[in-house]
Amino acid sequence: MTDSMADLPKDLQYTKSHEWVRQLANGQLEVGITDHAQSALGDLVFVDVPVSGTRVAAGQACAVVESVKAASDIYSPVDGVVAASNGALAERPELLNQSPYGDGWLMRIALDPGAALPALLDAAAYTSYLADEAT
Amino acid sequence: MPYIPHTPEDVTEMLAVIGAASIEDLFDEIPAALKTSVLAEVPTALSEMEITRLMGERAAADGRPLSFLGAGAYEHHIPAPVWAIATRGEFYSAYTPYQAEASQGTLQVIYEYQSMMSALTGMEVSNASLYDGASALAEACLTAVRANRASSSRRVLVPRTLNPTYLQVAESIAGNQNVAFESVDFDRTLGRTLVDSLRPYEGHDFTALVIQQPNYFGVLEEVDELVDWAHANKMLVIAVVNPTSLAILKAPGLWGAPESAVRGADIVCGEGQPLGVPLASGGPYFGFMTTRMQYVRQMPGRIVGRTVDSQGRPGFTLTLQAREQHIRRSKANSNICTNQGLTVTAATIYMTLLGAEGLALVAEASLARTAELVAALTAVRGVRCVFSGPRFHEAVVALDRPVGPVLAALAERGIFGGLDLSDRFPELGNALLVCATETKTDADIARYAGALAELQNAAVPARGAA
Repeated sequence: MTDSMADLPKDLQYTKSHEWVRQLANGQLEVGITDHAQSALGDLVFVDVPVSGTRVAAGQACAVVESVKAASDIYSPVDGVVAASNGALAERPELLNQSPYGDGWLMRIALDPGAALPALLDAAAYTSYLADEAT
Repeated sequence: MPYIPHTPEDVTEMLAVIGAASIEDLFDEIPAALKTSVLAEVPTALSEMEITRLMGERAAADGRPLSFLGAGAYEHHIPAPVWAIATRGEFYSAYTPYQAEASQGTLQVIYEYQSMMSALTGMEVSNASLYDGASALAEACLTAVRANRASSSRRVLVPRTLNPTYLQVAESIAGNQNVAFESVDFDRTLGRTLVDSLRPYEGHDFTALVIQQPNYFGVLEEVDELVDWAHANKMLVIAVVNPTSLAILKAPGLWGAPESAVRGADIVCGEGQPLGVPLASGGPYFGFMTTRMQYVRQMPGRIVGRTVDSQGRPGFTLTLQAREQHIRRSKANSNICTNQGLTVTAATIYMTLLGAEGLALVAEASLARTAELVAALTAVRGVRCVFSGPRFHEAVVALDRPVGPVLAALAERGIFGGLDLSDRFPELGNALLVCATETKTDADIARYAGALAELQNAAVPARGAA
């Protein structure tokens, strides 16, 4: 187990495709990628996030993060509409490496009215998922 | 090591591993109706001596026609050093560098090529080339769909002055990726696209406007007005250009009024054949594509960059590969593109030998020769020039009778008289697209005009006969 797993924020929820989800006070969901994901990708050189107003669907690709060796899709954890995306990443993709749970957030999604929050992993479940994946 | 990929034993062993009875089984998913049996009719192998003689006879049967055909592929003089250098062992590999960094010379040629194409088109970045001009346009349309965040329509405006073959290829490739093409008519007198004919599309969501310059008829479009109109309507501009013409015409990167907010085409593509690649039956030619730096990640294909190694020594490397198919598989920007290594090498040598001045001389000579050709042909009874707009090295002339039989009679005299447009542009009547480059002499033009005069004067006009 690496240090990053021990440091997983307890207030976030996680997906098996290595995104994290934070519930904001206004009801929107903030989405990013986990420390494990950024570490596996290596130095990011480009982050392609959707513009506000883009419709996203649970399990569908909604953004692309590109490192020197790979470009990977980011999957939306929910059905909804992008309310904001992190414009700072266009100039400073390294924010995602430096602060995956903070300044490196990708987008904020407004859930469709009446849509239930998806069942995601808590920090403990994601930690054991990572441990299983590693074996 | 023998250059034989696998022996019959290897094949048997591999089939056993994957559980297939025969190689034919691997193609089971192709419906039987779509399979051809033609290969069964291929004759048995000939000896080298026999095949050399046969092919020599076939080539001789083609003769050495005097060609005034253009319409997308152009006969230019190719200095002898171009292919003498391109076919050296060090370059003579027609495909993309797989062990890229081990091939510094190949990478440097591509880097120089990219630099030249960027300069010629007035754009910031170039890829390492594509299959041909038509597929480059298809890729440019897909690039525009990815790049234009202001549009969600996947619809592209295409003037009818675009080479119709290009549109067909773009529809085949991009049409299957839900890109739709909307056709815009041209002015019958001028032979170009009027901004007024675009007005009905204002306020509608279109991803891009395609502008071919010079257009399919050889006529120059009013590119500045068209670009400014497209940008004002939130469309990207895809320029389809003849690289030779760029030696004397305004680079697409500068299209638009000087005071316009966004200057220049957004994506530039075209056919690279005029740059040192001989005419053949459709190829191999190469396509090129250049764009703005902000769209570099949306552009398909390889890009070579210059860098330094761990000891600070300069070198070349493939860059921005993360969106290519060997990494992104089915999610790559393109799964059908390549770079055309050998023809690009020839083009790079051609441009190096000619330089900017030499290329301008080729362009000016072609322009002058076509003007002479049009003057000579329209002096013939029953032949007139169709469009009044200024042109480059092609023109549409109309005959007073069907074009097909006239072209056939000219071919019997060893002259390829141009392309019959009556199939694709029936509204232009008996129209013929002709081209003359620097390769044509006064005597060549006189020979064509003389042969045409003979035909026009001898035969009874097909219409108007009382």
